[in-house]
Amino acid sequence: MSGLSISRRGLLYGASALGASAALTACGAKTGSGTSSDAGAKADTSGSTVKVGLLNSLSGTMAISEVTVHNSLLLAVKEINASGGVLGKKLKPISQDGASDWPTFAEKAEALIKDDKVVATFGCWTSASRKAVKPVFERYKSLLFYPVQYEGLEESPYIFYIGATTNQQIVPALDYLKKQGLTRLYLVGSDYVFPRTANKIIKAYAEAKGMKVVGEDYAPLGSTEFSTIVNKVKGAGADAVFNTLNGDSNVAFFKEYKSAGLTAKSLPVLSVSIAEEEVKSIGTQYLEGQLTAWNYYETTPGAANKKFVAAYQAAYGKDKPTSDPMEAAYISLYLWKEMVEKAGSFDVAKVKAASDGITFDAPEGTVTVDGASQHVYKTARIGKVGSDGLIEEVWNSGKPIKPDPYLKGYSWASALS
Amino acid sequence: MKTITERLRVPGAFLLGAVLLLGIAPVALSDFRLSLLAKYLCYAIVAVGVSLAWGRGGLMVLGQGVFFGLGGYAMAMHLKLADAADTGEKIPDFMQLYGTSDALPWWWKPFANPAFALAMTVLLPMAVAALVGFLVFRRRVKGAYFAILSQALAAALSIWLIGQQATTGGTNGLTDIQGFFGYSLDDPVNQRMVYFVIAAVLLLLMALARQLFVSRYGELLVAVRDSEERVRFLGYDPANVKLVAYVVAAGMAGLAGALFVPAVGIISPALIGIVPSIGFVIGAAVGGRASLVGAVLGAIAVAWAQSTLSDEFPAAWTYLQGLLFVLAVGFLPGGLASLGTVLRRRRTPATPKEEKVVVMAGEAA
Repeated sequence: MSGLSISRRGLLYGASALGASAALTACGAKTGSGTSSDAGAKADTSGSTVKVGLLNSLSGTMAISEVTVHNSLLLAVKEINASGGVLGKKLKPISQDGASDWPTFAEKAEALIKDDKVVATFGCWTSASRKAVKPVFERYKSLLFYPVQYEGLEESPYIFYIGATTNQQIVPALDYLKKQGLTRLYLVGSDYVFPRTANKIIKAYAEAKGMKVVGEDYAPLGSTEFSTIVNKVKGAGADAVFNTLNGDSNVAFFKEYKSAGLTAKSLPVLSVSIAEEEVKSIGTQYLEGQLTAWNYYETTPGAANKKFVAAYQAAYGKDKPTSDPMEAAYISLYLWKEMVEKAGSFDVAKVKAASDGITFDAPEGTVTVDGASQHVYKTARIGKVGSDGLIEEVWNSGKPIKPDPYLKGYSWASALS
Repeated sequence: MKTITERLRVPGAFLLGAVLLLGIAPVALSDFRLSLLAKYLCYAIVAVGVSLAWGRGGLMVLGQGVFFGLGGYAMAMHLKLADAADTGEKIPDFMQLYGTSDALPWWWKPFANPAFALAMTVLLPMAVAALVGFLVFRRRVKGAYFAILSQALAAALSIWLIGQQATTGGTNGLTDIQGFFGYSLDDPVNQRMVYFVIAAVLLLLMALARQLFVSRYGELLVAVRDSEERVRFLGYDPANVKLVAYVVAAGMAGLAGALFVPAVGIISPALIGIVPSIGFVIGAAVGGRASLVGAVLGAIAVAWAQSTLSDEFPAAWTYLQGLLFVLAVGFLPGGLASLGTVLRRRRTPATPKEEKVVVMAGEAA
């Protein structure tokens, strides 16, 4: 190749640019020196209102789920303001759109903390978005309240995990299946962190407790091609399917499942990512009689839930269902309020110190914050999809289960982390 | 003969850019805004390569996410290993959680060496581009087929990365990066240092690209874009000409990905697939893909608009972005950089032959 003549002038420009930037560059703290220069961002608590950040995907593939969480966060803010605010200050919600894109979540988290100087942030849905914002909240020593059940194996000092960890959802679900005599499981999941980690736990449980995993398949997120997987499920001789598919894939999976002649009677499916909202979009006729595992259903009894459902439907429409992540988001604001009031301050360190033992009469039943792990004691509930599209509870754990994100209290899980 | 003003135009513009990026921006912007600008400049570095390969070479490079990702992962793998070494661990944090063994996979091991990892951020994308380009251009695959192939490659790499959760972090990607070659990224001073490095690299690559544009190779590349057959009959091999542009653009995208990691703190399959790959060319298309400055400013402007407008109109931004792309490609193929030329042409109708000359001169900046 001839003609590749770079003139000396071009190189001169480049060299001078590099030189100039080197001259302007002063070097900061080294890693591990522990002297990061006051990186903690100061939240603004000077006025008569304080800002709270709401960080959800309002656009993109996750918007359909995350907008419902955003709505119930706004509902909680409105209720708290109506009853006098927190420490006498009204809350001003600042919404940022994570756009279903993980680096955007990190950017918006930083905007909330540094530009808006929020006192706390509520939101995120996918594990990937949580992992993306985690270093941001840790860097600026600001709090995130995360409202969705997740795969465990995490304890950030600046995140409160209000959704279930694995020992409050997946392990009780396995206990339930075992008790029903359904011991041969087929695992179907979307290809991302939560299903893969959940299935690792399921396999360890099965091996220790005499159950058998007869098949394991992953579909790319958003995939709608399930004829192969359903055929494999049909021929595997399983007693039940453990379903960790997420989003749209469930629609295709359950349609295919029904057309292959499989039913809730012949081969039940237990799903951990299908709540009331999803039942509606998949279609009740495909899901009737199938099982789910959560900590809250719209039908959960109690005055607190009646009030929550009524308030939500009054604000957003009579036909709108409420679901587990929505409920967790709703109570996350109340739990934070209780912590702040116990601490008597919005200061992050004081709020964290005050968190242990905070209880709240939540729609899902009484919840208690475990200060050490910054998770919440929650009651596990197995439900069955009814013909009206609502989920009826068929079993619960009787009392709130202590959160154990690393499954340290389970001998069979010792090899997992 | 060139007049003095003409001769000083390019160095003057370069100096102005350098003063803006290295002098004014760091003083005028808060730490947070500066870190956003650092991110936009990474996209601008990709745009420099897009301007070369697509603007000058006519190669519809719709898979730059692949090279951006390879560079980003090469850098992030090194930084994760350095973080792990700092805390006395043998393997990065996510491998302890999701991995199947306590040993580092063999293909991670060389990335512990900083020199190797740095070289790989550029060489790995270039090598992949060379292989793909060699196979594709030899067979005279072009136009839409080349674009589809690029997209397929981007989709394949992102799906593969998601599947390898134990060794690549799966959908989460590689996150939670603490240090950058020994400097803590928690420190705002070091964040500024990263910004300066990115700004300097952008200026350097713009200077390099501009020299390529005005060199004999640059003319040959435009000739291949406009009439590949004629160039072939003149005795040149268009495949080689295209290959060089494609490989250089891939190297630039790789370097951009590598710099993106310390600036933003994450690299994930979400930055590699089809949608982000299209995103990489939208800025260049809107600003003017054949004009270096147009492409760079376009990339920065579109990224900035995304950050700002998506706050106000979260649902509308995606449509607006698509609309911009369609409008730019359909009605203003030269992008905003050609707006002046287009308007001038409207006012003074010229003979077709002269028109061509005007466009070429306008694009040469």
